[in-house]
Amino acid sequence: MSAALASSRTNGSEVVKELAFFAVIALLMSVMLLGVETVDRPTGLELAVRWDLVLIAIGSTVIGRLGLIFRRESISRLWQAVLITVTAVAVFEMFVRFRELDDRWVSPVVLDMAFGSVVSTILAIAFVVIVFATAYFTMKVQGAVEVDQSKKLSAKIQLTYRSNTKKIGLIGIVFFFIFPLLFGDDRSAIDLATLVMIYIMLGWGLNIVVGLAGLLDLGYVAFYAVGAYSYALLSQNFDLSFWLCLPLAGIFAASFGIILGFPVLRLRGDYLAIVTLGFGEIIRVVLINWYDFTGGPDGISSIERPSFFGLADFSRRVPEGAVSFGDLFGLDYSSMHRLIFLYYLILVLALVTNFVTLRLRKLPIGRAWEALREDEIACRSLGINPTNTKLSAFAIGAMFGGFAGAFFATRQGFISPESFTFLESAVILAIVVLGGMGSQIGVVLAAIVMIGFPEMFRELAEYRMLIFGAGIVAIMLWRPRGLLSFRDPTILLNMSQKEKVAGEIK
Amino acid sequence: MTDNKLLEVEHLTMRFGGLVAIDNLSFNANKREITAIIGPNGAGKTTVFNCLTGFYVPTEGRLTLHAEDGPRLLERTEGFRIPRNNGVARTFQNIRLFTGMTVLENLIVAQHNRLMEASAFSIAGLFNLGSYAKAEKEAVEKAKFWLEKVGLYEQADWNAGNLPYGSQRRLEIARAMCTDPSLLCLDEPAAGLNPRESAELNILLQSIRDDQGVGCLLIEHDMSVVMQISDHVVVLDYGKKIADGDPEAVKNDPAVIRAYLGEEEDDELPPEVAADLHLDPKAH
Repeated sequence: MSAALASSRTNGSEVVKELAFFAVIALLMSVMLLGVETVDRPTGLELAVRWDLVLIAIGSTVIGRLGLIFRRESISRLWQAVLITVTAVAVFEMFVRFRELDDRWVSPVVLDMAFGSVVSTILAIAFVVIVFATAYFTMKVQGAVEVDQSKKLSAKIQLTYRSNTKKIGLIGIVFFFIFPLLFGDDRSAIDLATLVMIYIMLGWGLNIVVGLAGLLDLGYVAFYAVGAYSYALLSQNFDLSFWLCLPLAGIFAASFGIILGFPVLRLRGDYLAIVTLGFGEIIRVVLINWYDFTGGPDGISSIERPSFFGLADFSRRVPEGAVSFGDLFGLDYSSMHRLIFLYYLILVLALVTNFVTLRLRKLPIGRAWEALREDEIACRSLGINPTNTKLSAFAIGAMFGGFAGAFFATRQGFISPESFTFLESAVILAIVVLGGMGSQIGVVLAAIVMIGFPEMFRELAEYRMLIFGAGIVAIMLWRPRGLLSFRDPTILLNMSQKEKVAGEIK
Repeated sequence: MTDNKLLEVEHLTMRFGGLVAIDNLSFNANKREITAIIGPNGAGKTTVFNCLTGFYVPTEGRLTLHAEDGPRLLERTEGFRIPRNNGVARTFQNIRLFTGMTVLENLIVAQHNRLMEASAFSIAGLFNLGSYAKAEKEAVEKAKFWLEKVGLYEQADWNAGNLPYGSQRRLEIARAMCTDPSLLCLDEPAAGLNPRESAELNILLQSIRDDQGVGCLLIEHDMSVVMQISDHVVVLDYGKKIADGDPEAVKNDPAVIRAYLGEEEDDELPPEVAADLHLDPKAH
């Protein structure tokens, strides 16, 4: 221990300085968030102060920081674990108080909870033991060795993942295909899966523009909106069926992509992002204000639902002359049929997006996109037309956005400009970035994390956004280039994929 | 000799605002010859390249490339069409490879236009039609040829950015050659190379000239490269041509020596300044 101390970089006064700094940070952050609360009193809205929460926040920050310092300097294994456990308990106490208590001063709630009953005592002890054990056994004994091992492990995981991407993808596809068989009765599960699938498709579409061609597009939702409104308007004004409108929606969105592309092609990086952002807003503002055409803020309602490829209808009361889906297959009517059909529809659309992207990547156009992302000047010197290459990326990305939009319109039955705000673009972009630019499986993971988790944990109420934020920060800390940010070569000459990955990891 | 001309630069002038980077420059480059452009730093050599390859539009002058099917005016061609239709390829002073892509991919991207046609603008490729598969195979064969030529076959699957510096230089030349150029413009290909690598580069460039029959235009500071392999040297200083001829003649040209090694004070000063200096020697 003394040897560890001797080699440590910090001395006593530096530790005190560091702790004081974090105490101040904790104070600044907690005083407004936790320390004051608005309370509805008969006399009006009043501020109530909750110093206990502020104190706990500062206390837990300081103790936790001390634990981290011990960990960093590899001082005492036992003390590290103790300090981290105390912090965990304090944080828990803070959460319980925040939810349950008014501005009264009471003794620690954790104690009351822990010794309320036998079960709760066991749970509390288990909690403490688990935290303690995790802290104790994950500590650094010898800094360098530990880093080496964790590196080895992550290299191993990377190697396994990257040399089996196809298998993993196939397993994923099979899972999504049998998903309705597993959760077929659970309406909310199918709904959630459909929602996630829409975002996966949008993520894959945007991945062409951002991940492959490297053009930062903050207005992707505009194409989604164009697709949705194309279907809604064509269906309402010309009575065209969903199956006819689906390709049309894609074509319209692609032409909007080209229209946007032309003026912004000469821009790069931040400037391009700003222009695309503006374009997204223009589309939304037009949708709001062109009342005669788009219904303005009222949106378009009772959009026609899709039929079963024009053969059968999913409604309970089938219009005259049409066959109901139940009759066609000899099933009893169930409202789940349509939901499951919609799920499979978006699944197939998303998979088409995926396969087209994967295929394009190995074609000259895909390679040119990636080359353009790497170095535009070199591309020009090789005779690649940067304008057309960028335009094609924009148009194809937009086309898939348009397909997704048409699907969205037919699923919701109602669309309004509200659904196509900048926030949507940001979420889709976040999915692409978090997943790892250019990674198809990464997009799936990120869509599940970004869309699926917040919906699944709705019971956690306001905390879910907190945890969500922490999760995003964690991803950006440990995997700053996205969850799965690996680029696999499109062609190999004398190495297998596995050898290539192994060589890269070394 | 006239029908041996590959590139004709006539009265090329490039101004950036008030700065005259190239001033009324004329020279020729012949087929199957290596023409070196040398000159001190800031002489305007790279600007000449940028005009030739469409990155700049010259302020004045005419750039004629005598391609097999007739003369082409480069200054009237849009940037990316110069390598595509006219067969002028170039490398860069600061290497510009696609560093995240593999060596082989770099060479295949260079054959983009031919492959794009073969894939019927991705439609045939999307459905994996035979015609595209064949074209891609040919592209890989061509890439292999150049990989062997520059000695990078073993590293074909490496990421280009992971190659050592000298290999990156050679890869960039191979990539330019994969576009099937009739004129290859090399911007300081020997910069940062050690003597052994420079010697290898000489052999490579000579082979490009003799075996492929491609005319080379070369900017270089490394005189061991310039003097050994070039057939014709053009010397620039402050945007003006100060000498033009075979390496031996240029080496002994007093104007060149002056540009490189400096000169005695009053030789080239404007007469009035020189006169002033003589009147008041203490001011100097």
